[in-house]
Amino acid sequence: MRWQTLEYAARSKMNGMLQIRDLSVSYYTDMGRAHALNHVNLELRSGEKLGLVGESGSGKSTMGLAMMRMIKPPGRIEGGAVTIGGTDLLSLSDKEMLKSRLSTISYIPQGAMNSLNPVLKIKRQMIDAHNAHRENRNTDTIMTLAREAITSVELGEHVLEMFPHELSGGMKQRVCIAIGILLQPQVIIADEPTSALDVVTQRQVIETLNKVQAKIGSALILIGHDMGLMAQSMDKVAVMYAGEIVEVNEVETVFNAPKHPYTQSLISSLPRLENRGKFQGIPGMAPSLYQLPDGCKFHPRCPKHFERCTSEIPLPQILEDGNYVACHLHGAS
Amino acid sequence: MTSIIELRGISKLYKVGKKEVRALNNISFNLEGEPAKIITVAGESGSGKTTLASIMLGLIKPSTGNVVYQGEDIHHLSSTEYKEFRKNVQAVFQDPFAVFNPFYPVDHLLEVPIRKFNRQLKKAQRKKLMEEALEAVGLQPREILGRYPHQLSGGQRQRINVARAIVIKPKLLVADEPVSMVDASLRANILEALVSLRENYNVNIIYITHDLTTAYHVSDSIIVLYRGSVMEAGSIIPVIETPQHPYTRLLINSIPWPDLSRKWDNQIHENPDIQEIGEQGCRFYSRCPERMDSCLQAPRLLSLKKGHLACCHLFQREGAESPLTDHL
Amino acid sequence: MYNYLRRNLSLAIGLGLLLMLVLFTANGLFTIDVKDAYPLSVRPKQPPSFKYLFGTDFFGRDLYAAMVVGVWQTALIGLIAGAAGTLIGIFLGFVSAYFGGIVDAIIKFICQMLTPIPPFLIQVIIASSIDKRDVTILTMATVVFLLSWMAPTLVIRAQVLSMRERQFVDVAKLSGMNNFEIIFKEILPNLIPFIAAAFVAQVFYAVFAAFYLAVIGLGPLREPLLGNTIWAAQSQSAFFNGWWWWPMGPALAMVFILGSLALINMGLDEMANPRIRSKE
Repeated sequence: MRWQTLEYAARSKMNGMLQIRDLSVSYYTDMGRAHALNHVNLELRSGEKLGLVGESGSGKSTMGLAMMRMIKPPGRIEGGAVTIGGTDLLSLSDKEMLKSRLSTISYIPQGAMNSLNPVLKIKRQMIDAHNAHRENRNTDTIMTLAREAITSVELGEHVLEMFPHELSGGMKQRVCIAIGILLQPQVIIADEPTSALDVVTQRQVIETLNKVQAKIGSALILIGHDMGLMAQSMDKVAVMYAGEIVEVNEVETVFNAPKHPYTQSLISSLPRLENRGKFQGIPGMAPSLYQLPDGCKFHPRCPKHFERCTSEIPLPQILEDGNYVACHLHGAS
Repeated sequence: MTSIIELRGISKLYKVGKKEVRALNNISFNLEGEPAKIITVAGESGSGKTTLASIMLGLIKPSTGNVVYQGEDIHHLSSTEYKEFRKNVQAVFQDPFAVFNPFYPVDHLLEVPIRKFNRQLKKAQRKKLMEEALEAVGLQPREILGRYPHQLSGGQRQRINVARAIVIKPKLLVADEPVSMVDASLRANILEALVSLRENYNVNIIYITHDLTTAYHVSDSIIVLYRGSVMEAGSIIPVIETPQHPYTRLLINSIPWPDLSRKWDNQIHENPDIQEIGEQGCRFYSRCPERMDSCLQAPRLLSLKKGHLACCHLFQREGAESPLTDHL
Repeated sequence: MYNYLRRNLSLAIGLGLLLMLVLFTANGLFTIDVKDAYPLSVRPKQPPSFKYLFGTDFFGRDLYAAMVVGVWQTALIGLIAGAAGTLIGIFLGFVSAYFGGIVDAIIKFICQMLTPIPPFLIQVIIASSIDKRDVTILTMATVVFLLSWMAPTLVIRAQVLSMRERQFVDVAKLSGMNNFEIIFKEILPNLIPFIAAAFVAQVFYAVFAAFYLAVIGLGPLREPLLGNTIWAAQSQSAFFNGWWWWPMGPALAMVFILGSLALINMGLDEMANPRIRSKE
């Protein structure tokens, strides 16, 4: 609803480097129109780390792709703006957007380590990445950037001369991070960067990602479903449900005092040392994106829902710093 | 003393080109079954945990050693004995979609074992059994029966998998990463269903996972595998809260607890040594931050106290020889 | 189903053409006198007219009757040889893939040895060494499928090999099914699209092989097989003599038959590919 966005824009006093306004994406398939993202708003400052969590079908991966303008048919960006440092990426021409990728905003996809070209040396792949988005092709400059990138992910320069199959999973993933930060972008989006890695390597990769991001000073959006990773490494958490962000807040608040009933249920279902033996799942299922319920999308499963929730979409209640919660219990009137 | 299943000196070797990979290294234990327990087999990829599951289920044969069911090697059972073994040792697999034959509706997954293991039931009784099992995992039979696998969600499919176990009521259920491909909010339901199998039907569960948080939640004891050998084993609480083996410590140290009071602070740094040592040495030698010269000879699995065993030279003097089973 | 046909155009058009051919033949078989398809039945060398829709040939055949019977016979050869090739393929493919070991090695070896042999050559040798009077529809079908069964065997074997590793086969074992039940009840139903595609391909190949063997004069010469008609027309220099209608009919019929089979095959290929196949 346009109201959401206008309210948000009016009330949010944060002037973040990254501003997402009213972003909507749909997929048109045989089964109809799936509303993958619905008028999503988000703001982030430089240097901030945000974890974007949600379950399957929540829209988190779509969000990452939409920000990169990499939504392919049958998907379509229906509207909205993704502004970085004042420039709306969605209004750029294709050529300008191509230049912006990797240099302004960069994306490390899920399973990136499996899409490294097996017949090219790492060095070659970094050069290719650079040349795809920049016109100045001076080899010396590129190699300097490459060396800097590879050392900032704590790999030795010798890795540049190696092939992907000579590297372990964790090393490959760090190479992908290095490619992602080659041009020192302002925003890094990492989509499930550790899903195929074991727990020890996972910690190494996440910590490397954090170090690199701190060094460059970019904003980081970590997309995933593992709340544990968010607790360990992020500053803020945005919780998505059925194509909308239902709550954004500092990580301490989200874990210790969550406001949205979905977030509350999610946090209490997580296994911790203290709640051993106690199981608290969320009953029911996430709604089909082809047939979203009226009013608040979570109301059919919400233990605290009331009359208003079934018909009226909750407006985001703006808290400071770009945080908000979209729930009638914390109603904006 | 009836034991459900016993593994005696199980090893499994695979030939990869010219090299020989040792997926499992001399694993022995005896699952007694009374009282019913949930035992976690934890490890990363390459640890051998899935191979161990397949061998226990009889789907692949070990290279050395045998799997014994009621006194007989499972690959030498008569057909009636095999049928009984088959009924009593079942599995729940990781991928909720792959277990379904896409040609049939999901009922097929439940019907086949009922027909095979409960021949005496009539059609109406069979239907009732299916419906009760579905309800026990929180599903509505009306919404499930007759549908095809692609028409249901991952969470529903995995619950049907568990319902299958309820229909069969085996003595031993091998659950191989049953919740890793399921959304966080549904994991609790499925884990609860598994625990209820133990409570209500005395089913022993071998819970195979790499996720120590769910393992802690659900199991009574744990076996930590690394590259085919047991590194540490025992009751779940002491192993997770006070891990002794350097590998277990590394694992526990890296767990991303969803708990802000338990953040990653001191990073245990591995000590990588590219040089591969021979088969006689400790499997963890090349990564171990505490390695010593004596580690070139593989340590033995010794008990540190009741309910806690470790396989590491750091404890060779204190530990005592004791079978794995006694501490699970 | 209807929706699917709208999207899978090749299947739809192929089936449409096939339907037309079936109607043509069925209608024909009921209305003509089969004797007219054989020589010395009607006035020879007549161009197409109302009485003789396709005209008549040098030997006094009513070409319409010849067409109808010819298409029917071609269909018979196609179906017999196609079915034989496919059944052999299913049997050997399954046995080879499911049981593996030395059986698999032998079957695979034989297939791989026979595949590079040019079938045309062998078929010509075999067909020309049979006494002309013994060449019948059945012998034609046999000559044709003798060297065509390897392809479906290898394709089905490959599919069964991949199916065998699928987890639902493990689950079937755990549920108490034995090997035969697994083959017939778990794996086979999933291969129906592949088997159908293999069958259509076999029929296509059989029809085509019968045609070219007949065109060079190795067919059962008395029968009005489409290829025979063309061979006969050529041997009498039909075009030079102005009897253009004589080879035209069989040629067009062949185009329709092979075209429809090819389109159906393409359509089935698309259906068998799980990524493209739509689900209801």
